[in-house]
Amino acid sequence: MSHGAQIGGSIRRRLVLQLLVVAAILSGLLYFTVRSVADQAVEATQDSILGSAAIAIAEELRGGDEALVIDIPYAAFSMLGAVGEDRVFYRILADDRTETGYADLPLPQRPLSGLSAIYYSASYDDADLRLAAVERSVLVAGANVRVVVVVGQTRTAKQAIVGRMANRAAALGLGFFAIAAALAVLTARSVLAPLANLAEAVGRRGPQDLRPVTRPVPLELVPFVAALNGFIGRLGVALSRTETFIAEAAHHIRTPLATVRAQAEIALRQAGDDRIRATLRSVIRAVDDSARSAGQLLDHATVVYRSDQRADEDIDLGALVEAVLRSFAPTAELKDIALTADRPEQPVKVWGDRLLIESALRNLVDNAIKYSPPDTEVTVELREAKLRAILRVLDRGRGLAGMDASGLTGRFKRGANVEDVIGSGLGLTIVREVARAQRGTFKISQRKGGGTCAELSIPLR
Amino acid sequence: MRFLLIEDNADLARSVQTRLSLDGHGVDWAASLSQAEDHLATAGYDLILLDIMLPDGDGRDFLSAHRRARRDTPVIVMTARSAVTDRVALLDTGADDYVTKPFDFSELEARVRAVLRRRAGSAQTLQSFADLTFDPLGAKISVGSQSRELRSRELRLLEVLLSAPERIFSKGQLCDRLFSATEAVTDNAIEVYVGRLRRKLEGSRARIETVRGVGYRLTQT
Repeated sequence: MSHGAQIGGSIRRRLVLQLLVVAAILSGLLYFTVRSVADQAVEATQDSILGSAAIAIAEELRGGDEALVIDIPYAAFSMLGAVGEDRVFYRILADDRTETGYADLPLPQRPLSGLSAIYYSASYDDADLRLAAVERSVLVAGANVRVVVVVGQTRTAKQAIVGRMANRAAALGLGFFAIAAALAVLTARSVLAPLANLAEAVGRRGPQDLRPVTRPVPLELVPFVAALNGFIGRLGVALSRTETFIAEAAHHIRTPLATVRAQAEIALRQAGDDRIRATLRSVIRAVDDSARSAGQLLDHATVVYRSDQRADEDIDLGALVEAVLRSFAPTAELKDIALTADRPEQPVKVWGDRLLIESALRNLVDNAIKYSPPDTEVTVELREAKLRAILRVLDRGRGLAGMDASGLTGRFKRGANVEDVIGSGLGLTIVREVARAQRGTFKISQRKGGGTCAELSIPLR
Repeated sequence: MRFLLIEDNADLARSVQTRLSLDGHGVDWAASLSQAEDHLATAGYDLILLDIMLPDGDGRDFLSAHRRARRDTPVIVMTARSAVTDRVALLDTGADDYVTKPFDFSELEARVRAVLRRRAGSAQTLQSFADLTFDPLGAKISVGSQSRELRSRELRLLEVLLSAPERIFSKGQLCDRLFSATEAVTDNAIEVYVGRLRRKLEGSRARIETVRGVGYRLTQT
C-alpha cells in the first residue's frame, strides 16, 4: 500500500514506543515505591520491638545502696525472638561504663532523650545491626547514675521479608508493564483505525470517482480530509477542463473535416472526369485517415490510462460480443460481409474493464471487416478453455503477408500488404495493451485456408 | 425518407442536406434545439440526425428529454468524440446509433436502414415496379407469391435504379452508390452486382438493360 510514498517513520511505532516508555517508568516507580514502603514498614516494626525491649530493660533497673541492680526481664528478649532467627545483643552502661553485655556494642551518635528510644543502624561483628538506646537516671548510693540501655538485633529476618516483598513488587511491576504494553498496541491500533479506514475508502475508488470524502472522521483528521477534498476538487476541475477542451477541440476539428468529406462526396457524385474523381477520392481518404489516426491516438491514450486504474467489473463476454457485432453490422453489410458470432449459450464471465475489452474487440472486428473482400465471412468465436475465455476474430481477408504479431502490434506498425486500406497502425497496439492490462494474451496468425485469426485470451472470473 | 438534421455548423448542415438529397431524401435543418422543437411540433420525421454541441444546449439532454416524452422517432447522433468512453455513454442516453464525424454517407445510410429496420419493421416502405414488390427495409423482393432475399449491394443497386426507372445510370454513378468513397474499385466492379441482381429479378417483368458504352437502366417488358 506504499505506492510511490516515501516512508518517514511510523506513527504506530512511535505511539507504541512512547506508551511503552511511560509504562516502564510507571512500573519502575511502582517497584521502588512498594519496596521502600515495605522496607520502612518492616524497619518500623523492628524498631518498635527493639524500643520496647530497651524500655522494658531500663524500667527494671533498680538502684541500690552499693550498686546498680540489673534484672533483665525474659519478656524483653522473647519479644525480640518473635521476629526471627536473628541474633540479639545488649549493653548496659552506668555513667559510661559498661556494666553488662557486649562492651563494644556501638552507641548512638545522637544524644539520648530519656525513655523515648533513639534508633540507629551500625555494623557489628560482621553483621548489620539495628539498635535502640534509652537512658534513665537511677539513684545508686545516694547519687544519680545515668544508665544507658542499648538493645541490638541483626537484620536477617527483616532483609528476608523485604526481599520477598521486593520480589512481589517486581512481579507486580512486570505484570503492570505487560498489561500496559498490550493496551498500548491496542490503543495504537484503535487510534490509527480511522486513518486506515479513510485510506481504504479513498483507495477503493474507481478512476472516475472524484466525489469529495464525506464519511465522518475524527476531529484530528478533519484538516487532512479538508485538504484531500480540496485537492480532489481541483483535480476534478482540471480533468473536466481537459475533457471540455478535448471535446471542443474534437468538435472544432472534426466538424469542418465532416464538411470537407461531405463536399468531396457531393463533388464525386457530380464529377465525370476520372482524374477529378481520383483526386476527390484521395481527399476523402486523407480526411478519413487523419480522423481515424486522431481517434485511435485518443483511444490508445484512454487504454493506457485505464490500464493503470482499477475499474474492474463482472463482464459477460457473450453479451459484449453481441453488442459489438450489432454496432458493426451496418458496416459489414455495406460490403456484404456476413458478420456472425459463434459462442456458447451460457454467459462467459470474466472480471475486467468492460471498456478496455470492448475497445480491443472493436479494433479486431474493425480490422477484420476492413481487410476482408466483399461477400466473405467474419466470425467472432467465443470459447471457454482451461480457466480462460478465448475470443477469436476470424476472417477470410488478405492475411498477414508473412508478418507476425510482434511485428504488427508495435506502435504505428502496419502490415506489408495494406497500402490501399486506411489505418493508423495503432489498432493492434491497443489490443496488445488491453491483453496485458487484463492479464491475458494476444496472438495473431495466418488462418488455414486463407485469412487471419486474431486471438485474445483472458482469465475467466 | 424525411430527416431532421440538428446541427449548428451551417457549412456541414448544407453539405449533409445536399448529399442526402442526392440520394432522394428530404432534409429539414434546425440550427439549434429550439428550432428543432419547432420542426418536430409541425412535421413528422423518419429519423433525427443530432449533433451534440449546440448553441442552446447539449444534444444529450435533448435526447433524454426526447426519450422521456416517449417520442419514438429514432435518433442517430453525429458525434465529434470518438473515444470508447463516449460511445457507451451515448448509447446509454438513448441514441439508436451514432456516427463519428467525419462520416461516410454510405455508412450513415446503412445505419439509418438498420435503425429503421429495428424500429418499425418494413410494412410502410414497400415500393412496386411492374409486377415486382420491393421491401427495402426487409431486403426482399417478391413477384406474385415468390419472395427473394437481397444482399446489401443488390438492394442498394435496385434502390438506385428504382429511384428513376428508365433513366440510364453510368457505371461510375452506380459505383458511387454501392462502394464507399475510400474503396479502391474500378467501374467494372459494378458488373458483378448487376449480374446478381438480374438473377434475382428473373421471372418478373422488371429487368436491367445494358446500354452499351453508357450504363444500365431499369425497364419492364
